[in-house]
Amino acid sequence: MAVEAVAPAKPAVRYRDEFAWWDRIKKPLFYGVLIGWSVIAVTPFFLTVVFSLKPLTHLYEPPFFVPIPFTLENYLKVVTEFRHLFPRWMLNSAFVAGLLAVVRTLFCAMGGYAFARLRFPGRDLLFWAMLVTMMIPGQVTLIPNFLIVRQMRLLDSLAALIVPGIAGAFGVFMMTQFYKNLPRELEEAAMIDGAGWFTIFFRIVLPISRPALLTLALFTFQGEWNAFMWPLIVLNSPEKFTLPLGLSWFKGEYYTVYSVVLAGSMFNSVPILLLFFLFQGYFTRGIALTGLREG
Amino acid sequence: MIRIRRRQLGEWIAAYILLSPYLFVFLVFNVFAIAYALYLSFTYFDLFSPPRWIGLGNYLYLLRDNLFLQKAIPNTLKYVAVVVPVQTVISLLLAFALDQEIKFRRFFRTLFYVPSVTSSVVISLIFLWLFKKTGVINQILGLSIDWLTSPTFALPTIMIVNIWATTGTMMVIFLAGLQDIPVTYYEAAMIDGANRWQMLRHITIPLLRPVIFFVVTMGVIGCFQVFDQIYVMTAGGPLDSTTTIAYLIYKWAFQSTTPFMGRASAVAFVLAGMILLVTVIQRRLIERPTEV
Repeated sequence: MAVEAVAPAKPAVRYRDEFAWWDRIKKPLFYGVLIGWSVIAVTPFFLTVVFSLKPLTHLYEPPFFVPIPFTLENYLKVVTEFRHLFPRWMLNSAFVAGLLAVVRTLFCAMGGYAFARLRFPGRDLLFWAMLVTMMIPGQVTLIPNFLIVRQMRLLDSLAALIVPGIAGAFGVFMMTQFYKNLPRELEEAAMIDGAGWFTIFFRIVLPISRPALLTLALFTFQGEWNAFMWPLIVLNSPEKFTLPLGLSWFKGEYYTVYSVVLAGSMFNSVPILLLFFLFQGYFTRGIALTGLREG
Repeated sequence: MIRIRRRQLGEWIAAYILLSPYLFVFLVFNVFAIAYALYLSFTYFDLFSPPRWIGLGNYLYLLRDNLFLQKAIPNTLKYVAVVVPVQTVISLLLAFALDQEIKFRRFFRTLFYVPSVTSSVVISLIFLWLFKKTGVINQILGLSIDWLTSPTFALPTIMIVNIWATTGTMMVIFLAGLQDIPVTYYEAAMIDGANRWQMLRHITIPLLRPVIFFVVTMGVIGCFQVFDQIYVMTAGGPLDSTTTIAYLIYKWAFQSTTPFMGRASAVAFVLAGMILLVTVIQRRLIERPTEV
């Protein structure tokens, strides 16, 4: 699967001369801008890594930007002093994000396929209503959803994160657009052979939707792995926390020895960065396609 | 005739079965929830006793509440007014630069996007540390400002953090928009003797207008709802100088000893109204038709 999403550079177009001065300064100017922002974008992460590897006693001593002397004590502190909680938080986050990445992607693909291909009463109204719900800010539904989850007796359990997240308007919308642009030939051939809707969807359509499914699954995973506000509201006991929630709690415990907090935060950012580097094309294409981040 | 009917009925049933998981979420957590929130906004509800109808009481209360009127609303508007234009301009500039014949384009794009995949909590934790009084930023600049505990600097600091965090996402959208403009347009304009400035003004900008509208809209929606960074970095302080509308909703509903669920719901509808209003206004401004 090719994951190239950058179009080839535009062929050089020859222009009239009155802007020749621009040609001379544009290259250095653009490189300057790009390198400048790269430094800005990366330095905070670089400093996090460096300082999480420095011993507490030598924190602000030179060499400033190199972890010499080098130590893993901050990382060890995270996993030993919090051995009952920290691995639990990672597991909770991985479980919720992993499960929802699979379940939501499947359910959204099913819904998107129904909207894109099947005719049924209420379809256009429902699709329109779905778009309307996408425009409404999350704060409006925050309080009622908290009360609904409370009524379902799901508060302070991971189920409170999972149940409202099994499907979502964003994913259904994205999959609808995808299926609308997918050629129908294979499905028509199967239909002539007498296959039913479910056979067509699960046996033929789903396997060929892999790129879109993977994009949506990655977005979902990223959104859930990083989610903060909803877990903050529905979870109370530290052993139920997800990683971002645990880290923000952790900050209170270790505010004075911040290197430990920095080391802890690496457990959140490294896995998602690895996923991003592995599946870059899917991320950026998805962003360009929809402009949205799930979560 | 009957066969056709049966097939059609089968299609209806199949459609609703395929849609059923989404319909569950849609009906319970969207439709019912919105209606419930609207009802709650007309009640006094503290979780202990059932909601009590007070009509427009919550909305009238907001009209004279100082925290809402003099802190949350101005803070949110200031935040939107600074962050949206700045992140739009920087991301557009970066996208223009990347749309040239540049070496290592993929590499740059990857770097720019890294903040966008990192969680808001981790970003907040990192910047909380960078902006400490003894932190790296003060050391580099040779200052000793206590950025996040100063009512003057706290909100601007959060603005800087969010500009840093979201610019990459918007750059990717702009870049895709720029690459969608067919080269043939520029070639045709060249044959007609257009210069670089004219091409930018009459091809690039007009064709990019829907993308600009989209990015600005996403920016406005995101900025109006800023919460995570505020919760982690300042918790609305110091002296409520970073209390935004979204944070106030959380504060009233989930942090006060007596939860004000009804009042917080009313604030949520005011927030939704403000987002809608700003989106409509900026649509008028950006999407007006231009002569090409």
